[in-house]
Amino acid sequence: MKIIHCPVNGPRPMQEFAYGGAFREMPDPATASDTEWGDYVFNRDGAPGVKREWWYHLASGVWFVAERDTLRDRFLRTYLYNEGEQPHD
Amino acid sequence: MTDAPGRLPARSGEWINRDQVVEFSFEGKTYRGLAGDTVTSALVAAGVRTLGRSFKYHRQRGPLSVANHDVNVMVDDGARTNLRGDVLPIHDGLTLKAVNTEGGLGSDRNRHINRLAKFLPVGFYYKTFHRPRRLFPFWERRIRALAGLGTIKRDAPRAETPKRYDFCDVLVIGAGPAGLSAALAAASRGARVVVVDENARAGGSLTHQWAGDDGAAGIRDELLRRVAAESLIDMRMSTTAAGYYADNWVALVDDVRLTKMRARQVVVASGCFEQPAVFHGNDLPGVMFGSGVQRLLHRYAVRPFRRAVVLVANSDGYRVALDLIAAGIEVATVADLRPEGETGPLATLVEQAGVTVRRGCGVYEAMADKQGELCAAVLAPVNAQGELDASRGERLECDGLVMSVGWAPAGNLLYQAGTRMDYADHVQQFVPAELPDGVHAAGRVNGVYELQQQLVDGERAGLAACVALACFSGQIPEQPRHEGASPSHPYPIFDHPKAKNFVDFDEDLQLKDLLNACQEGFDNIELMKRFSTVGMGPSQGKHSNMNAVRILARVRKQSIMATGTTTARPYFHPVPLKMLAGRSFNPERRTSLHERHRLLGASFTHVGDWLRPEYYRSSERRRDDLVVEEVRSVRNGVGLIDVGTLGKIEIRGPDAATFLERIYTGRFANTKLGRMTLALRCDESGVVTDDGIAARFGDDHFYVTASTTRTGAVVQDMQHWLVRWKLDAVVINATGHFAAMNLAGPYSRHVLSELTELDLDTAQLPFGGVAMAEVAGVPARIMRVGFVGELGYEIHVPAQFGGFVWDRVMQAGKRHAIRPFGVEAQRVLRLEKGIPIVGTDSDGLTNPLEMDMEWALAMDKPLFIGQRSLEILRKRPSERRLVGFCLPVGHDGARIRESHLVIRDGDICGRITSVAFSPTLNRIIGLAFVAPDQAAADTRIDIRGDGGGMVAATVTKLPFYDPEDLAQAGAAALKEVS
Repeated sequence: MKIIHCPVNGPRPMQEFAYGGAFREMPDPATASDTEWGDYVFNRDGAPGVKREWWYHLASGVWFVAERDTLRDRFLRTYLYNEGEQPHD
Repeated sequence: MTDAPGRLPARSGEWINRDQVVEFSFEGKTYRGLAGDTVTSALVAAGVRTLGRSFKYHRQRGPLSVANHDVNVMVDDGARTNLRGDVLPIHDGLTLKAVNTEGGLGSDRNRHINRLAKFLPVGFYYKTFHRPRRLFPFWERRIRALAGLGTIKRDAPRAETPKRYDFCDVLVIGAGPAGLSAALAAASRGARVVVVDENARAGGSLTHQWAGDDGAAGIRDELLRRVAAESLIDMRMSTTAAGYYADNWVALVDDVRLTKMRARQVVVASGCFEQPAVFHGNDLPGVMFGSGVQRLLHRYAVRPFRRAVVLVANSDGYRVALDLIAAGIEVATVADLRPEGETGPLATLVEQAGVTVRRGCGVYEAMADKQGELCAAVLAPVNAQGELDASRGERLECDGLVMSVGWAPAGNLLYQAGTRMDYADHVQQFVPAELPDGVHAAGRVNGVYELQQQLVDGERAGLAACVALACFSGQIPEQPRHEGASPSHPYPIFDHPKAKNFVDFDEDLQLKDLLNACQEGFDNIELMKRFSTVGMGPSQGKHSNMNAVRILARVRKQSIMATGTTTARPYFHPVPLKMLAGRSFNPERRTSLHERHRLLGASFTHVGDWLRPEYYRSSERRRDDLVVEEVRSVRNGVGLIDVGTLGKIEIRGPDAATFLERIYTGRFANTKLGRMTLALRCDESGVVTDDGIAARFGDDHFYVTASTTRTGAVVQDMQHWLVRWKLDAVVINATGHFAAMNLAGPYSRHVLSELTELDLDTAQLPFGGVAMAEVAGVPARIMRVGFVGELGYEIHVPAQFGGFVWDRVMQAGKRHAIRPFGVEAQRVLRLEKGIPIVGTDSDGLTNPLEMDMEWALAMDKPLFIGQRSLEILRKRPSERRLVGFCLPVGHDGARIRESHLVIRDGDICGRITSVAFSPTLNRIIGLAFVAPDQAAADTRIDIRGDGGGMVAATVTKLPFYDPEDLAQAGAAALKEVS
């Protein structure tokens, strides 16, 4: 079982976490065309590689961003969203 | 009783206790062994040569490796099956039978299959028995009776096998010279080390291969002494590291349990598996691995035979020959497959002992006596093509034939960890080329064979682990490189016209079987494995994969590297299923009122993790009648239901209102204190995901409810959006903090007013009003709701007071014949009121427009989740509508249920989402999705009911009950209690 580094709780076993989907910025609903909006809502990039993802620590309710290499199955780094690019790990 | 003619005089380092005699029985005969003996060593000491039968042809087999890999020597002790005789310790009273025989080991009725071998080519069973089809069941029964090993004891007692979790800095797998040296190096730098080894005692090759060497015995004793003195080293013998999982999570299996070991660093020093030479008769009892012979000699002081031919292709074989000589066993000859022979001093020592060494010579065939056991070997010279020249064969009498021709790394855990292994020509084996972070390899598995080099390699790996742990920063020794001749022969495989030259002893596969598999087109290693089943037996290819790869590489005229190996998966050694089985673990939540329900005779039902009363068995009447009674009591009198399972979410902070505006479809910014609003949620695609109510208790304090089963997901999602929007508010899941009950019915105000000072007058607490007040002296949140369509109050109190308040309410309600009601009655009540339940009357594609809930959408808000998608959906024609329908009074046609289809002109145009008999309307009512043009009231729809019978229903305007909302407004005249 993998270990994930929660930016608040430190390294914890994977079963304490839930995947929260790809990290995507919502386009401005006021200016996005129907097609752009549909693309945001329904389309995901499934190609293997380095992904930015949302992860959730179930026990403490912490949401954070993880960069994960899905090809090599490795977490590269994790950080809190409001801390921007400050890496933990 | 049999004596032990094969027992040698006492020797240093033996694993047996000569003072303790053990009596056990095997195949009906009683034997005497010594404490410390295994089944194999005790039987061999007693002169027994045939210990088991092979899987497919039921050929006689004897000991081979004595290293927990002898899959043809499996026994059954009456309680457990498929125990490996080569490692199973004996004890007094042990009663054993060989597995896989019909009628005993000596007279196995299936032994005649051996003579049919010629007619059972590879793939025989796949190809033969599926035609004619009608005979297949017959053949299936026959083959199933033959297939498999051992018999499961169905009456075996159930036993729990708890799992253990453990942690260490460095996990060393293998307690041989490399492993012990790694452990000492790591512990000396302060790392907490755990060493595991599947053997009963530590020492690895020092306890057999090197044991004939006096210098090596000193090294062994010194290593074991230092390890014993090191408090940071935890030695765990008889423990197999059976599987590697992500981030150094290693499954350790011992006799008792599975330990889930999380190691910061792992050193794999698991050694090698000796590999067989492939020649005619290489499976006869009496043919053994050199290392197997050494285990018998040095660990158990057992002599497996009197006169041996030693077939070698490496210096290890010469050591075996010297060990045999030292034990008083005659060595008929040493046949060295290599034309140049052994170059070191070992050959000289062997020759000095008077043994002829034949260079460039192999075994053409092994011959059996009348008992089916080895009696002679035919030797033949190796020609320039690497084949044996049978015309120059020479027969030598012998009762032992030792194979010492090569090794394959025990690299299963390394493969599982994702190590890239390359084939190294200088050792003719796969060695680690690129190791994952945190994983190290040392010793033979790393291609390092000489004892001194193994010690250095172990120290190197131990220190490298310490560097990774940041507890060492000095110089690390360089990885030693094997010098001299390769320990493994590149192709010790020889054809024979009569075959019986086994590549795989588990599955009885001969050289020709693999060649046939290639010819049939299965000439990729993974395909060849699956077609021929090579490596799929209990030893999982430990003795067969390497030779299979060599054969395939030769057929394809390509390198070993290009041929590749099969995938190694956990577990690398069979373990009893009980080690893996977990407890059944279904979390179950009970409300703080559970005990009240139980005493009231509740019949419980599962709602998500929760247990809720479905109805109360207040009399002997049938369930449906009891539900009707409960419905009537709410409609006409007063009822009480536990709604404590509802999700209760506290939202506080300056941005609380803004947050709710974005999360839910409705308006909250202007919600007055003491009021509540419907809280309907969509996802980003505009699909309805949940609903509840949001009560405002302060400028920056909302109290929101969510569906019982979705609360966790709702809170998780709320927290996510809070982070994404960077709003100043907090979300707390307070579900378990509060007990909650809904007091409903025309008399509910009468009951509640007896328990609270709060003015319950509609002017003060109208429908949709909320208040904080005391109920029975307990601080409570009171919300005037109408879910069941009657005047009603939800009362939320701190969970620890739930039972107290419930009792007081029930007491106060006595005068009005209060009655508890369950979720089934509630379901009927809300259906009469036409209220859809998200998840029951909606599915994963339903948007609010289809549910006629456009009124709940504040489309002119700046933003709410799903808003943009709903704008797009609003422009499109809708595909279905949720409507109410009812059947005529006294319907006696086909029964209709949830998910039954609405049919028009033979096509599906909708389905029922809820249906129930309404006691209030005295007819069957329900909700259904229908085509948009069927949504108008009084439209006839046709439903296909049970057994296919069509049922005509009429679309009905919602709600079915009390369309003027007089009842929930508390304005209806009080009714008589029925």
